Amino acid sequence: MAQIQIKNIRKDFGDFNAVKESTFTIEDGEFFMLLGPSGCGKTTTLRMIAGLELPTSGEIYLDGEEISQLPPSKRDIAFVFQMFALYPHMNVRRNLSYPLVSQGMARKDVKAKVEEVAGILGIQDILNRPVGGLSGGDRQRVALGRAIVRDPKAFMMDEPLGALDAEFREHMSEELRALHDRMNATTVYVTHDQLEAMQMGDKIVVMNNAVVEQFGTPQEIYDKPATMFVADFIGSPSMNFLHFDGTVGEGAARETLGGEVVHVTSAGRGASGKLVFGVRPEHVTLSDSGGYRGEVLASEYLGTTQIITLDTPNGELKARIDSAQVAKVGEKVGLGFNPKTITLFEEGSGRALRSDLNNEVLTHG
Amino acid sequence: MAEVVLKGLSKSFGSDVGIADVSMTIPDGAFVVLLGPTGAGKTTTLRLISGLEKADAGEVWIGGRNVGSETPAQRDVAMVFQQYSLYPHLSVRDNLAFPLKSPILNTPPDEIERKVAEVAGVLQISHKLDNKATALSGGEMQRVSIGRALVREPSIYLMDEPLSSLDAKLRTDLRVELKRIQANLGATLLYVTHDQIEAMTMATHVGVLNEGRLVQYGTPREIYENPNSLYVASRLGLPRINIVPADVFGGMPAGVTQIGMRPEHIQQGEGQEAEVQRVEHLGDQARLHLVLKGHAITTIADPHTTYTPGAHIKIAPKNPLCFDAEGARIS
Repeated sequence: MAQIQIKNIRKDFGDFNAVKESTFTIEDGEFFMLLGPSGCGKTTTLRMIAGLELPTSGEIYLDGEEISQLPPSKRDIAFVFQMFALYPHMNVRRNLSYPLVSQGMARKDVKAKVEEVAGILGIQDILNRPVGGLSGGDRQRVALGRAIVRDPKAFMMDEPLGALDAEFREHMSEELRALHDRMNATTVYVTHDQLEAMQMGDKIVVMNNAVVEQFGTPQEIYDKPATMFVADFIGSPSMNFLHFDGTVGEGAARETLGGEVVHVTSAGRGASGKLVFGVRPEHVTLSDSGGYRGEVLASEYLGTTQIITLDTPNGELKARIDSAQVAKVGEKVGLGFNPKTITLFEEGSGRALRSDLNNEVLTHG
Repeated sequence: MAEVVLKGLSKSFGSDVGIADVSMTIPDGAFVVLLGPTGAGKTTTLRLISGLEKADAGEVWIGGRNVGSETPAQRDVAMVFQQYSLYPHLSVRDNLAFPLKSPILNTPPDEIERKVAEVAGVLQISHKLDNKATALSGGEMQRVSIGRALVREPSIYLMDEPLSSLDAKLRTDLRVELKRIQANLGATLLYVTHDQIEAMTMATHVGVLNEGRLVQYGTPREIYENPNSLYVASRLGLPRINIVPADVFGGMPAGVTQIGMRPEHIQQGEGQEAEVQRVEHLGDQARLHLVLKGHAITTIADPHTTYTPGAHIKIAPKNPLCFDAEGARIS
């Protein structure tokens, strides 16, 4: 298995710049997510690693070897597509054997390998069935099996669960992750679903408009977003943005919002002008007291918690609170913010200001 | 708006049961959500109320009248379907005005204009009124099709998964919007979905259907906190409720064969020792996937938990729900 290093790769299609100079490293055995909205360049990045597209510039290293200009067949990387392409006229066993037979592997070895992979995937009992009559899940397993039999150095997956319905998708994502944990194969996985990325990934690259916005572990990206795009894209409901005009002093630990002082972890570099106060819904508290106030617009019951939508002097805000707490529509309530979790952004650039919270992450990223 | 009452309503399609003996009252001004998987009878119930299907047995009462012999038009209901069906050759304005021009309603032109403007404002599509219906995004088209129901003032709005074809972000926005509109209009609304989040967040009352039968009917809070069966308990809650045999933890009253523990109702630090299989850091919480005596159990923990796979953790149920061998609740 393998480490994959991406160095300054860029892809242009004519005048269109699909991926701007991007650099990140996928460690050996990692389940690595490329996350972003459609058109952000994530699939193009994946296709460049697999060799289905050649980068316009930059390098890709697989276990230290530069592979960016090699054809796919020389890279030893397996690709699993969203629409699992199986040979409809062959049974499951022949679908699985095909990649090995075409490599010229001995018949006996092919049989042993197919049995082994079928065992890993739990599909031994359907080996002699035609693929036509299989359920969606079994088809997906066979498609995976065809990638696994070759013992590639790494797997590339392009939204492999995108076509499945919600309940089944949850089940398959768990199965896929469990399979990864057994095989420990380096896997690069493209998705536009932030929850899927958080649930399955060891590391996430968030892309937008051809640019890598942030790269890190799921929790790091959630707690310490580098840009407003990342803060908004990750989490449901997403991070609240309260817009204000002001000046943040260097190393300041308090900030004024709508005339009220709120505490933040001390900012590194100062800033002034149009700024944004970013707070996640679960770090907002509702109380009778509190100088900074908002009006309750709506409440959504979710079982143990509820989501409260409020109107504040600085824009709409969502809070996630215990469902036992009462919040009546139309009521004005005081708002508290957990200072350790606040991220301040510059509105113009959309970038986070350095603070005690994110200093380390923003430095290495 | 009106109260709608169903009395012993049944409908079969050949040997397939659509719904069986469903009785419920939809109070005037209520937002009732029917929840159930595919084939549970949700859409059949809507179609029986609207008059698109004829019941085998039972009665539908709308605003105090038995509507059994009335046509769909006479019943005065407005229906919104999953797939928005707009007139592609008409503008948004004409699509919205269309129902008002029907011979039964025969609304005067100035009244039509006022209504269309009002509904367009509520749905935030005022700036698109002169667009062709086909020159809209998916979310806008669905809002127009909801708007086409809202321009009328029917006895009840019937909606069949109107948000399911939209993307996640838009669905979340429209959920809040739809509830606000319903509350402002004081409208009676019956809404069908298989999405538990929609049911919990929007409904004043939830009806849970299982194979054509109404198995529980109450507020979202009652259904979530006090389900009357294993089936209902597993329809609501994400991650799903953990079901284990009663003897795994022991100490349960006689007759209890299975217990249900919601992921957030598991105490950590005491009880039986479970092994951590996987930890998912979801940002606002961490999900722990555990195995206890061969049973998979999911619970939640602080987002910054330091547990790793292979770790051992003691767990005990906190206010478990108890069920008998048939899956009925024992309290």
